[in-house]
Amino acid sequence: MRAEVIKTDAVIIGGGPCGLFAIFELGLLDIKCHVIDILDRAGGQCTELYPEKPIYDIPALPIVSGQELTDRLMEQARPFDAQFHYNQMVTELEKRGDNEFVVKTDAGTELHAKIVVIAAGGGSFQPKKPPMPGIDAFEGTSVFYSVRKMDMFRGKDILIVGGGDSALDWTLNLQPLANSMTLLHRRDDFRAAPDSVNKMRELVAAGKMDLKIGQVTELKGDNGQLTGVAAKGKEGEFDVACNTMLPFFGLTMKLGPVADWGLNLNENLITVDTEKFETSVPGIFAIGDINTYPGKLKLILSGFHEAALMSQQAFRYINPGERLLFQYTTSSSSLQKKLGVA
Amino acid sequence: MAKITFIEFSGTAHEVDASNGMSVMESAVKNMVPGIDADCGGACACATCHVYVEPDWLEAVGERNEMEEDMLDFAFDVRDNSRLSCQIKVSDALDGLVVKVPEKQF
Repeated sequence: MRAEVIKTDAVIIGGGPCGLFAIFELGLLDIKCHVIDILDRAGGQCTELYPEKPIYDIPALPIVSGQELTDRLMEQARPFDAQFHYNQMVTELEKRGDNEFVVKTDAGTELHAKIVVIAAGGGSFQPKKPPMPGIDAFEGTSVFYSVRKMDMFRGKDILIVGGGDSALDWTLNLQPLANSMTLLHRRDDFRAAPDSVNKMRELVAAGKMDLKIGQVTELKGDNGQLTGVAAKGKEGEFDVACNTMLPFFGLTMKLGPVADWGLNLNENLITVDTEKFETSVPGIFAIGDINTYPGKLKLILSGFHEAALMSQQAFRYINPGERLLFQYTTSSSSLQKKLGVA
Repeated sequence: MAKITFIEFSGTAHEVDASNGMSVMESAVKNMVPGIDADCGGACACATCHVYVEPDWLEAVGERNEMEEDMLDFAFDVRDNSRLSCQIKVSDALDGLVVKVPEKQF
């Protein structure tokens, strides 16, 4: 079933701090936005990598956590009612005709926009693939980095590797379906929520699953079919029999499909000018950590500036021939009306 | 000031001068030592500055902190002498420190 095409002014790829501030800057110019992000919430690296760590170089906020910065940017962008599409990766970006871009995601969403803003930071967050020798041969048949359909794992002998929330959540969720379940972690201490850890320990005590402490050293099996792994722990080496393995080692950033969109790149960054922050394709902009230009600093505050200047050019594309009046939020009653404060 | 030697997986050694107060990771990045990726820039949020401290230096370098212990879950082939180099502060006491870089930060 194909979803209906969404028509909008602007598509912002990436819901990190720069993407969120772009909603605000474009919004002041009456440009409506849809935001697409591969994660399940806004904030990008700020909420994924360091939600609780303080940031000290946001102007006027001497100290702010990644989560709080995100919350505040969301609040600032709220009057403009952007639509968010989470858990989706943009796979295709194509110019169609003079004034339209077609954006497609891996979840089947299709958007048609007048301009596109790439605010994708370090690229898309993707599961880390542990460098176990020969793992590639098992991917997609015996080794999985995420769970799309739980039913796929029914009746399997599952090995889950890791000690965070993903590892523990999937251990608990898949255990009732599995033929056998083993959790393998490098230490008998878990980052995951204590409640999940307790539940897991109860299952182990009840003999419904195994917990092993150690690290995988070798994958066994052939023709893409895993039969077990060899592991090493404090007390020596041991084997775990399994036909399915789910390693959860967190996320890493990969440039991903951005490289395929025909934009000029320099060392995996999108080259832009410093007046409009436009890419080599007119109408496609790039702001924040993903762009590069002489003197570029990968700072959140630089991305904010880039969002403001980008928006000026975006306005010209969306309202050809119309004069853009520069206004301040402190004094313009029309801007204040848009912000809902007038 | 301390001289720190990073030994790549291939065996190539890089000796760098590090100032007191900076992290061992920063001294590597500043001197473009290959194999120290430091994706997160030193926030102890990524485990891509993983090193193995030579056994003679373990005591001088000290113990892992709790946040670092958590982050090491994201590293591969963690050993007793594994540390995240962003969490080791350079001081005179570390002059001559030798660390090995894993085959791959992942």
